[in-house]
Amino acid sequence: MNVAPLIRSGDALIVLLGAGMVGGLGWHYWQGGLADKVVIRAGGKVFREVALSRDQDIAVPGPLGMSLIRVEKRRVRILADPSPRQYCVRQGWLQQVGEMALCLPNQVSIELTGQNKPYDSLNY
Amino acid sequence: MTASTTDFILHPSAEDHQVARMAAVALGLTVLESAIPSPIPGVKPGLANIVTLIVLARYGWRMATWVSLLRVVAGSLLFGSLLTPGFFLSLAGALCSLVLLAAASRLPARWFGPVSHSVLAAFAHIAGQMALVFVWLIPHAGILYLLPLFAAAALLFGTVNGLIAAHYLAQQP
Repeated sequence: MNVAPLIRSGDALIVLLGAGMVGGLGWHYWQGGLADKVVIRAGGKVFREVALSRDQDIAVPGPLGMSLIRVEKRRVRILADPSPRQYCVRQGWLQQVGEMALCLPNQVSIELTGQNKPYDSLNY
Repeated sequence: MTASTTDFILHPSAEDHQVARMAAVALGLTVLESAIPSPIPGVKPGLANIVTLIVLARYGWRMATWVSLLRVVAGSLLFGSLLTPGFFLSLAGALCSLVLLAAASRLPARWFGPVSHSVLAAFAHIAGQMALVFVWLIPHAGILYLLPLFAAAALLFGTVNGLIAAHYLAQQP
């Protein structure tokens, strides 16, 4: 089926505007910007806030033992954690504002923040 | 048996029959569509809207509204989802689409055809649904992360449905 005669000029305009809107939404919601800082929480309390500018490893104590957090090349990940399912370790590197990893039941979490925090996921 | 005084007889007009016929076709498409597995929950092609578009082009907005709302209500009866969240999501999407179609159908037909109507209605549909999800079910900004995905699906399926409706209308004027 030849679609060209079915599309009128205004239709093409609306489809293009729609595509622009989809692109704009994607850019707005999925490019939160690169993070500047990581907030490390243990047992619900802020343990440390660390700038991502310096590469380092941080050990955070939890009820099960130490969670190891690595900051490298402006990214951050949970390197090791004693929690059984290892979800937070498998999440891998985080670098966008608003991304977070939560280790349960060791009660250790990391959350990336930047200049403009899009929303507060922990305090909702 | 004598008719009691509470009996009343409906006299369906030709237009009523037409509405019922079109709503039945839309229902058939809804049932057909539910058999198609969707890779992402919540993303559906919305094939029944092709019928709404055709009715809008042929008989006007009032009849399209009848067909669309009958389809939502009768469809929920078929699936047993009347008054469940899924029903209200369908209803919110359909109402938003119809409001936008009321405006869009006044655009000059020389330039704006079923494809325009379909894309605009699809966007209105997800906007209405997301608004209802946000205020009622999940009042968390995290669901906005899904918006680009749903908007892309609306654009794709809106365009395809619009083309199908335009094709049908061109074949059988």
